[in-house]
Amino acid sequence: MSLIAVIDYGMGNLKSVAKALQKVGGKVIVTHDSKTIQQADKIVLPGVGAYPQCMSNLKAHGLVDVVKEEIAKGKWFLGICLGFQLLFEESEEFGPSTGFGILKGKVKRFPQSPLKIPHMGWNGLALRHRSPLFEGIPHKSSFYFVHSYYVVPKENEIISGETFYGIPFCSSIQKKNILACQFHPEKSQSLGLKVLENFVHL
Amino acid sequence: MLKYRLIPVLILKNDRLVQSIQFKRYLPIGGAKIAIEFFVNWDVDEIVLLDIDATLKKRQPQFDLISFFARKCFVPFTVGGGISSLDDIRNVIKAGADKVCLNTAAIRFPELITRGAERFGTQCITISIDAKKNSQGEYEVYLLSGKEPTGMHPVEWAQKVEALGAGEILLTSIERDGTKQGYDLELTRQVAQAVSIPVIACGGVGRMEHFVEGILKGSAHAVAAANIFQYTEHSTIIAKAYLKKANIDIRLSSDVTYEGFTIDEAGRIT
Repeated sequence: MSLIAVIDYGMGNLKSVAKALQKVGGKVIVTHDSKTIQQADKIVLPGVGAYPQCMSNLKAHGLVDVVKEEIAKGKWFLGICLGFQLLFEESEEFGPSTGFGILKGKVKRFPQSPLKIPHMGWNGLALRHRSPLFEGIPHKSSFYFVHSYYVVPKENEIISGETFYGIPFCSSIQKKNILACQFHPEKSQSLGLKVLENFVHL
Repeated sequence: MLKYRLIPVLILKNDRLVQSIQFKRYLPIGGAKIAIEFFVNWDVDEIVLLDIDATLKKRQPQFDLISFFARKCFVPFTVGGGISSLDDIRNVIKAGADKVCLNTAAIRFPELITRGAERFGTQCITISIDAKKNSQGEYEVYLLSGKEPTGMHPVEWAQKVEALGAGEILLTSIERDGTKQGYDLELTRQVAQAVSIPVIACGGVGRMEHFVEGILKGSAHAVAAANIFQYTEHSTIIAKAYLKKANIDIRLSSDVTYEGFTIDEAGRIT
């Protein structure tokens, strides 16, 4: 059974991600130890908090390079919410703030409109191309979102799902072993658990 | 775009799940742990847990119970009751809640709303407003589970909590609570139209049509109830079927078929 390292960088509630992965049969370790992450078979980077704060916590634990190296080696990676946004070059949040830069593109704030920011609640996911993460997930299923910033990837072909909130935005990506989503599968009931189960079984 | 939400509210008093009637009488339903195990697997979009005598008895939130619920809950989970400081908010979130619900403490220390929103994000801070008509026939906000009048109109208080940083409002009609007569639509509409944050209607649902009315006539963004979910089989699924039939944009669980059954006057599947 493969071991999944859920990266803990001291920003809050990681329990929900860990318990959801366990619920669908994953063997999970919550950690900020480089060695443990290197020894794990898969990596999950959840996201809570503000972009620059997360980056500086990850740097302080020496984890930015570790995660980059493990991804480069081809290890399955799942980024959730801020863990998705951190993969890109930079964010407008308190910024520009620098991200991992593993994927090309930027993270922008939702434009001013009558719609409330943060975008919070259940919204549809329009599937754009097949991804093993969404095996068995019907087109336009609802998932739970909480965020004020959204990702604009430079490479259009990595977009696996889109969501509409005043504007259409990229809500999930896949590039080889890198999977990531803006919504919270751990809070999206049975279909969210199905997404995590798909990741566990990769 | 965002879906309308259906939310069961679990009311705890003396560690027992209870049915509340106009904030005056309480009927025991049973153990809270069994109820949450049901609800997490049903077709609900969120769960709210309110410990209604924590503040009255000057008790802290029950962190162990919150943590027990949170471990089983794979939808957003809101916790209220006995939260009176930034430390309480932090500990409730640490125990696994996604949002906290403030009522009496928000009225006594409005700056707690702002501090909480700055630290944990506006999406974490739900303000619970309990209101009823006073002797002059005007709507008024009450605190301490409906025991003490505040002199504030719910519209005035709702606008203030939005300005202070609240993410949403759980609005309960004290008079309709437990009566099965439906939401106080006038109260709901007044508040929902006065703010731009979501308003969750609560109090009075006795029939499935009441959920539809809350959204179409009350302008609510989410509809909540307590008792009806406890006493009706398949209640959350039937409620969603009603909302779907009224063309309201809701999340449908892939595990459930919403067609092919009829529902009798009591809201039961026949």
